[in-house]
Amino acid sequence: MSEVAPQTAPAATADGPRVAEPGSSNGTILEASGVSKIFGGLVAVDEVTFSVPRRSIVSIIGPNGAGKTTFFNMLTGLYKPNAGAIAFDGKDITRARPDRILAAGMARTFQNIRLFATMTALENVMVGLHARMQAGLFGSIIRLPSVRKEERLAHEKAAELLEFVGLRSSHFHQMSVNLSYGDQRRVEIARALASNPKMLLLDEPTAGMNPQESERLRAFMQRLRDERGLTILLIEHDMKVVMNVSEYITVLDHGEKIAEGKPEEVRGNPRVVEAYLGKQTGE
Amino acid sequence: MTAIRDFFRSIGDAWDGLHPNVRRAIGVAVLVFFIVLPFFFTAGGTFIDNATRALAYAVMALGLNVVVGFAGLLDLGYVAFYALGAFTIGWFGSSFYAQVNHGKGLHIGVTGVTGQLPGIHFNFLLVLVAAVIVCAIFGVLIGLPTLRLRGDYIAIVTLAFGEIIGRVAINGDSLKPFGYAVTAGRQGITPIDSPDLPGLASFGPLDLRPWYWTALGMALLSLFVSFRLRDSRLGRAWIAVREDEVAAASMGVPLVRTKLLAYATGAGLGGMAGAFFAAYFNTVNADQFEFSFSIFILAMIILGGLGSIWGVVAGAIVLSYINTYFIPNTFKSLPHHIGLNFDLTDLSFGIFGFLLVIMMVLRPQGLIPERRRKLELTEGVGAGDSEMPIEVSV
Repeated sequence: MSEVAPQTAPAATADGPRVAEPGSSNGTILEASGVSKIFGGLVAVDEVTFSVPRRSIVSIIGPNGAGKTTFFNMLTGLYKPNAGAIAFDGKDITRARPDRILAAGMARTFQNIRLFATMTALENVMVGLHARMQAGLFGSIIRLPSVRKEERLAHEKAAELLEFVGLRSSHFHQMSVNLSYGDQRRVEIARALASNPKMLLLDEPTAGMNPQESERLRAFMQRLRDERGLTILLIEHDMKVVMNVSEYITVLDHGEKIAEGKPEEVRGNPRVVEAYLGKQTGE
Repeated sequence: MTAIRDFFRSIGDAWDGLHPNVRRAIGVAVLVFFIVLPFFFTAGGTFIDNATRALAYAVMALGLNVVVGFAGLLDLGYVAFYALGAFTIGWFGSSFYAQVNHGKGLHIGVTGVTGQLPGIHFNFLLVLVAAVIVCAIFGVLIGLPTLRLRGDYIAIVTLAFGEIIGRVAINGDSLKPFGYAVTAGRQGITPIDSPDLPGLASFGPLDLRPWYWTALGMALLSLFVSFRLRDSRLGRAWIAVREDEVAAASMGVPLVRTKLLAYATGAGLGGMAGAFFAAYFNTVNADQFEFSFSIFILAMIILGGLGSIWGVVAGAIVLSYINTYFIPNTFKSLPHHIGLNFDLTDLSFGIFGFLLVIMMVLRPQGLIPERRRKLELTEGVGAGDSEMPIEVSV
């Protein structure tokens, strides 16, 4: 909490997260205050305080090893923070299980695509629907009418989502391992969208994409926000995408937040130039 | 090998090409065939005996397949559920607790002579339900300590639990929590009540057909449960957990609940088969509950094809027949012919081991592979340990 850079929205106070912030018209959907993660002697994330306004697109950037993915993993419950608190949509999710966090409305994709390789594209998306389905052990064995109906609806919803992300219908029943890289990214986004999230976390979604594909994804993210009212938080290395799509940018370096603000502010920040962009020009 | 594979593939394609009604008709015909099969053989003969055992083993194997094949949790202590199922019928279907109710006994749904005996005597169907419940509860209890573990470590913990249950079975005669012994120790609990089922008259050693039909019914039930669960929300969650726990949890699959349901389902089916075996052998013999039994069932599902429902049934039938027929009968005189003097049954596990090695070399995906597992084994995709350990809170 000590070195809080200029905030896009006021930081959470120690006595708990505030849901509706007076400074922003939509309120804040995600609040992380003083979040730290230590692996052995290594401080991967160091007291990061961070907030995301509702229905915004926010990027986290920083050089490799800056702690971006570790921060994501804490937000989604894969890691438990050593210190600090995280509130999502008015609920404290600091030590919540990943499946609970997903059910609360935060879904993610992974840096190195983690689809269920031997499941078809459609089955992958249906796993994403798990949290929104009810069927239990006995209901599934007897296959109650309600279970049957739920399965049918899940099937329809999954197909609809795959169509929405632009997967060709001939690929719906392909095993995901046999899909092209771009299609796997699409399926992963569809799987994340299946749970009907309020917020989507994308970890380097344009990695391995050519400029045209990146541009298409950028447009797609904006569409998700505008049409579906999603909040998007992304980790991204492609500066063109970051500067074009983000309303706010947070810069991490060595686990610390070194800058925060609108793209043009961050671009001119000398610390960022030194830590990140400076390094890039040196390459 | 290619010829065999093409043969199976052409059968599969032909099957898929059939009209659903034709497929249904073939299914019914096969079912009728298995129902009337015992009429062509001696009522108390070896064929029906072997077929009954094979079917009961198929139930066991289908149960273990839920845990190992579907959810990917390597369980080496499955014998625990054989033991618990057997003891359930020992407790609720024999004269073991003769002092209950001042020697008059407790009877529910039993008729004839059994209705007069001291001890607790419940109807066979009730005992089966009780065995499923007892084993499902123990499945969850044994599963709990494995939740934070992965892969090989799960195998070691379950192995230990299998051994613990086996030891308790042997020494339980001196364990008297409410003044009643838990087991009869090495002496065994015998006799066990013959089942008393509507429509099936005489369960006894002379006419094995009712046993066969009961085992067939249990196998059909297990098949039904396996198929329904495989193609359900839970079945998908099991595969997701098996392939990538981190991604599964992040997609909203509750790991603890999903894994425990796999343990409970597998244990329930194993317990049902265990209770049946105890009734069929007319004894609950504590010396049966050995580690080798767990391996025997595991060998069935590996031989047949992990995760593949029909494969597992095929594996169970093949190994059961090798165990009960080919080794003690067909090849019995083989050592004698090559000038050696030993009992081939002593080598049973050597033979099973050899078969598994051959299988792993020639066809690691099993007799009737499941398409996913085949990909995992041949292409090296999925089911890998994720490089990022997650901190799951239990």
